[in-house]
Amino acid sequence: MTDLLLPLLLALPAAGALGLLVAPPRRAERVAVRAGLAVTTATFLVAVWAVAADAATDVEWVPTLGLRFHLGVDGVSSPLLLMTCGLTALCMAYLLRVRPEAGRLRALVGLLLLLEVGMVGTFVALDLLLFFVFFEVVLVPMWFVIAQWGDDSVPGGRRRAANVFILYTLLGSVVMLVGILLVGLHAGTFDLVELADRQGADMSRGIQVLAFLALGLGFAVKTPMWPLHTWLPDAHTAAPTVGSVLLAGVLLKMGTYGFVRVALPIVPEGAEAVAPYLGALAVVGIVYGSLACLAQTDLKRLIAFSSVSHMGFVLLGISTLTPVGVNGALYANIAHGLITGLLFFLVGAIKDRHHTASIEILGGGLYERMPRLGGLLAFAAVASLGLPGLAGFWGEMLVLLGAFDPASGLNRPYYLVLMVLAGTGVVLTTTYFASVLRRVAQGTSFQAWRDAVLMRDASRFELLVWAPIVALVVVLGLWPGWLLDASDPVVQALLSAQRVIVN
Amino acid sequence: MSLVQDIDYLAVAPPLVVALVAVAVLVVDVLLPAARRAWTGWLALGGLVVAGALLVPLTGERRETFCVGGGGLVLPSCSYVVEDLTLVFQALVVAGAVVVVLLSLDTVRDDRLPSGEYFFLLLASVSGALTLAAARDLLTLVVALEVVSLPAFALVALRRDDPRAGEAALKLFLVSVVSTAVMLFGLSLVYGVTGQVHLDRIATALDVPGDRAAVLVLGVTLALAGFGFKVAAVPFHFWAPDVYQGSAVPVAAFLSVVSKAAGFVGLAVLLTEGFAPYADVWGPTIAVVAALTMTVGNLAALRQRHAVRLLAWSSVAQSGYMLVPLGAATVGEVDAVLPATVAYVLAYGVMNLGAFSIVTLVGRHRPANTLEDYRGLARTEPLSAFALAFSLACLAGLPPGLLGLFAKVVVFRAPVDSGAGWLALVMAVNVVVGLVYYLAWAALLYTRPAGDTAQRPPSYRISWSDGVAIGMTLGAAVLLSVLPDTILRFG
Repeated sequence: MTDLLLPLLLALPAAGALGLLVAPPRRAERVAVRAGLAVTTATFLVAVWAVAADAATDVEWVPTLGLRFHLGVDGVSSPLLLMTCGLTALCMAYLLRVRPEAGRLRALVGLLLLLEVGMVGTFVALDLLLFFVFFEVVLVPMWFVIAQWGDDSVPGGRRRAANVFILYTLLGSVVMLVGILLVGLHAGTFDLVELADRQGADMSRGIQVLAFLALGLGFAVKTPMWPLHTWLPDAHTAAPTVGSVLLAGVLLKMGTYGFVRVALPIVPEGAEAVAPYLGALAVVGIVYGSLACLAQTDLKRLIAFSSVSHMGFVLLGISTLTPVGVNGALYANIAHGLITGLLFFLVGAIKDRHHTASIEILGGGLYERMPRLGGLLAFAAVASLGLPGLAGFWGEMLVLLGAFDPASGLNRPYYLVLMVLAGTGVVLTTTYFASVLRRVAQGTSFQAWRDAVLMRDASRFELLVWAPIVALVVVLGLWPGWLLDASDPVVQALLSAQRVIVN
Repeated sequence: MSLVQDIDYLAVAPPLVVALVAVAVLVVDVLLPAARRAWTGWLALGGLVVAGALLVPLTGERRETFCVGGGGLVLPSCSYVVEDLTLVFQALVVAGAVVVVLLSLDTVRDDRLPSGEYFFLLLASVSGALTLAAARDLLTLVVALEVVSLPAFALVALRRDDPRAGEAALKLFLVSVVSTAVMLFGLSLVYGVTGQVHLDRIATALDVPGDRAAVLVLGVTLALAGFGFKVAAVPFHFWAPDVYQGSAVPVAAFLSVVSKAAGFVGLAVLLTEGFAPYADVWGPTIAVVAALTMTVGNLAALRQRHAVRLLAWSSVAQSGYMLVPLGAATVGEVDAVLPATVAYVLAYGVMNLGAFSIVTLVGRHRPANTLEDYRGLARTEPLSAFALAFSLACLAGLPPGLLGLFAKVVVFRAPVDSGAGWLALVMAVNVVVGLVYYLAWAALLYTRPAGDTAQRPPSYRISWSDGVAIGMTLGAAVLLSVLPDTILRFG
């Protein structure tokens, strides 16, 4: 039974999308969101079951290519899996009441379900080629979500943003495919479990460095790592609320998850050689992202740049090659997914009400006009800047701790410099979030917003949708061990190769 | 030894049946009253189905016929060989031709093309393609290649009321003549030095260590030209857009799939069987040609606004991908690259026919056939729009088009294995460029028409022959996306 759970996890949303495609259009349009909510809730429950039952599946699919349908969950993938299924279900719930202006719910829900197939598949795949296939599955649905439901206040803007998103990501992932094939050629297998066990034994150092660079390029574009981040701000600014939430909450994590699951364990020597450069770029991303935030005039764009900065922390943690750093990176991954997901929900709600996300036009007075929305925004902002006691704190602290004491093959003084620079990023993050709250939430409202009759605070329904995220941010902030206990043994196993090399 | 050779008639049955039916079509057309001329199409279809059925008993063992020499320990050399590679390509050619004939039934009627000549020429070309897949000596290869090409000129020119058709046919003819002449020159050099026409004997003669005659290097390189034309590789590619656009859409489909597949099988056989010892000569040449072909094709396709022209440039680019495995061949490792090219040609055949069948359908209702004519197709023709979108996803190589994705993985593997990393990177960039136009087209299908949205354009009436053609290609594409091993294991 348990070997059917993970295929079921993929089949449910796929069947849902197919059902909406073939159903009579008018009827489907009416029930689309409810059907989507039912499917995603069921998927979430199956995911919980699969994690609890430690499900795994391994059957042959394309023997000529050596591609097996090998799926499994462990401490590294299960938090991401649950977060993915949870956020998707919340997005569906959100669509119940908050309809996008472009309409066409049948298509939107169908695409979100397809997106879920890709996201879930990426996190549960244990075959390198299968991982690649799922990695690619998300591209086309996300392209359509941005290009068709996006913000079109700049004519053609959403189309351009969607194109830049897909072309950038595809270029990265095609190069990643070359890396995957390189690994497969030398190791003779694509099975991630077996490859992780071998710890790159079949590959020379040169090949490993080459493979790490090729794999890493694909992951780095997705993460995104500075200077490959330029697709992200436009995509986020243009994407509709649910698109932004899933893009920031899940899609970016596919990149960092790839580093931890694929790149570090199977080409450890390559990882060791490239890690210092990765760390440097990560820190540039942290500082650059937060400086860019200070200069933003659009709320969505600002949060997009803050993602660049936060994902920089994740990358820095990975580049330390230590269990502490990588655990921190995974923790920061989840925290960022939840907090930024929440931020995009909130900013989306603000934008829907004001038809703008420009900080200048919004003016101050959110607390006064919409106390609930303003309060939540403040909560999400302080969570994002890493206030102790909330989820954002632990990940970044562990990352800095990892950089304080990197793997023994790495240059410690160098990493200390990186750590200090990353620390200034924390200060800058505090600065820009404080400044945003000052400019948007505090103060008094413009007369125009006061006169607007329909300007309502967050409804009870919206609060209900956001409540699980808020609760998780608090829970993860107070009991970090809950997640770390799950991920630590797996991280130790995945990193065992590094220690062999170093010693 | 008797003067008359024994012929294995079962082995040569598929091309023979097609050739005989082709003649029968011409005769029947004369005898039939004008109102019944449409029957010729059904006759052609029947002939193809019989030829397809005759492939079944050939599976399994290798059959050879038209052999010479041999005796004692020396194996005879054969001109016509039926093996897995042959059968796979013959199956693709027959299936592709069936789809083309199905699509042609309405086109011949609507455009008032002379049906007897049309189907005669089509079947004649098909019989050449079937022979080409089995040809294992230089003469048979060249003759079969010309049997594929010559009817094609006339087929393109059949649209007599369209001045572009004449120009297209002339262009096709001139490029063909030039490239064939160059190829013949190259082959004659090879023959002159080795004294052999059978591919296996040429391979033995070429496989001598030490100095290489410059004349052989030249001969091998020039011999690529004729096939370069057939598969529309740079620099013999520029006929493709004008000819595809100038001819009836099913003919363009035929040229881009059946005729191109024939060119690829000929090229693959010639290189991997005949010229294998010279892989270090033709391998890098093909690699450069592949890189140029895909780049030129993709960049030109970006600017196209006409559906058929776009598919023409796209199929040039796809030829580049198909050449990549051959370009990655190295001496001694030649056989390893063949399956990748075979797999990609098969996948390409399925997905490109899928795209062409919808383009044919739309072209019946919107003769201009610009990309704008596809705007909002999903509203009135959801299934056709889905079929086209799926074919385009396959051509782009992105999920849900898993068939194309796996085919690309196979092709990528060849240069990675042989260390030609630069070729893999050029292809990577090209895959990204290709996505731009495939995606833009697919998105157009699902974009609301501008202007008056209240009035729905009338939905198309899809004749059942078109329906079967679309169903066949879409069914094959979906099925092979789920079970790609069906085609990947050939070669």
